[in-house]
Amino acid sequence: MIWNKSKECMSRDEMSDLQGKRLHKLAELVYHNVPFYREKMQALDLTPEDIKSIEDIKKLPFTTKQDLRDNYPTGLQAANQSEIVRVHASSGTTGNPTIVGYTRRDLEIWQECSARAFTSYGVTRNDVFSVGYGYGLFTGGLGAHYGVEYVGATVIPTSTGNTDKHLRLLRDLKITGIACTPSYALYLAEAMERNGMTREDIHLKIGAFGAEPWTENMRDEIESRLGLQAYNLYGLSEIIGPGVSYECTCKNGSHISEDHFYPEIINPDTLEPQPYGTTGELVFTTLTKTGMPLLRYRTKDLTSLINEKCECGRTNVRMTRIIGRSDDMLIIRGINVFPSQVESVILEMPEFEPRYMLVVDRINSLDTLQVQVEVRRDYFSDELGTMLRLRKRLADKLKSVLSISADVRLMEPNSIPRSEGKSVRVIDKRQLK
Amino acid sequence: MTIKQISIFLENKSGRLNEVARVLAANSINMKAFCIAETTDFGLMRLIVEEVDKAVKVLRDAGFAVILTDVLSIHCPNQPGALSKILESLAKEQIFIEYMYAFAQSERADVVINPNDMEKCLKVIREKHPDIL
Repeated sequence: MIWNKSKECMSRDEMSDLQGKRLHKLAELVYHNVPFYREKMQALDLTPEDIKSIEDIKKLPFTTKQDLRDNYPTGLQAANQSEIVRVHASSGTTGNPTIVGYTRRDLEIWQECSARAFTSYGVTRNDVFSVGYGYGLFTGGLGAHYGVEYVGATVIPTSTGNTDKHLRLLRDLKITGIACTPSYALYLAEAMERNGMTREDIHLKIGAFGAEPWTENMRDEIESRLGLQAYNLYGLSEIIGPGVSYECTCKNGSHISEDHFYPEIINPDTLEPQPYGTTGELVFTTLTKTGMPLLRYRTKDLTSLINEKCECGRTNVRMTRIIGRSDDMLIIRGINVFPSQVESVILEMPEFEPRYMLVVDRINSLDTLQVQVEVRRDYFSDELGTMLRLRKRLADKLKSVLSISADVRLMEPNSIPRSEGKSVRVIDKRQLK
Repeated sequence: MTIKQISIFLENKSGRLNEVARVLAANSINMKAFCIAETTDFGLMRLIVEEVDKAVKVLRDAGFAVILTDVLSIHCPNQPGALSKILESLAKEQIFIEYMYAFAQSERADVVINPNDMEKCLKVIREKHPDIL
């Protein structure tokens, strides 16, 4: 199902034309209202008149997370405070939090994009939908909430934290859809099994998962344990929140609402724009936002773009699964390692729980990678040899995927900390020394 | 005779073994024999208790990964050469011992054996050493 055919199925020429017009207006808006951008454009000898078509986007400056921090709290806001009707903020674990102000128009755009996402998963007014993202400064909860409500489904704002109550509501309210992080979905499945419930006791059909990178293996695992169809929901608060892109039932890339958020892929080292199909850093320009519009914001997410009409009928550019974040990437003994690679290996082996922790350290000036993983109860053996062979099998697979050897540690069930939000999967002790 | 042995997977971290002992103590379960096989990062504790079902339940409730294995328990005279005779009989029949442990007290020693072929092992002992079962 398609929420907005005229925008989601637009021809490429019409889309480029629309994007070009919107980009010109955006250049005018930030040039006149955001000193940070005016100075950057002046330094590049640019005026809004130089930005006429979408191709001109290459002339515009990039924006980084650091720019947002440097202009904390509201330095990049283009609207007057009286125009701002909502503020969200990203966690400030490594510095100032990022404050994002939304105008009424911004909230309408967000609601529209979020509704496109849920419609593409097949959510209708007949669904009962649980939003299990955190409500609050984080955009996940409210972003999904307004989209589902706009579609006309019944929203259950479960939020995070009370898993037992969540399970009870899933069963008793015959909830048909859920939005949460993929790791929380697995946590729910585990809690369900622990409470003696099976997927027959719940009625879930549709799951919208995002806010952290996940893999195809994780999708299979969630689908089989919860008995639903699992779809990707992508977004980031700097751009707007969930709804920036979303999968359709073809599960072949996430459609970007590119009439509002123009995507580019760049080489993170040279900053050169890359052609479709090349993996690199995803960059977004908010074409229509008026609260805190951003030019060429570097997301740090590594992916590639597909510019082909999808079987579902949508023509919007799709982004492939995020393979990692350019700042999540671990460089171990000179080799690039993504936690998602380790995850896919672990999920392929039924002997292990879908939990892991990577501990990176430097011992005698040599980088070490330890992979801690929990063995499923049913797969324990009384014989040391069997356990050691299991450990070796995982170590061998990891070596072939990562190209470096990892020290595998078999752990007791439930010994790796669970999280209800974004999970911490890497401890890099090298940074602490 | 064959008895049920409890095997517990333990991460090598301090206090974990005491945690097993504490859980058993809190439930008044007495350990009759145990041994530990260890690697650099984990160990397997093999345990013989009287109330097997209860012990399994309380250990699982406490979060331990526990499995049950059939092992052979024999009583061997506590004197030089006694064990050797038994092992010789088993070796002759190509019975391989995965692991074993023993506790000697006064007149006899209790030996726990996990053979690769339990049926065959029982048969050999019934025939050759019926007094030790």
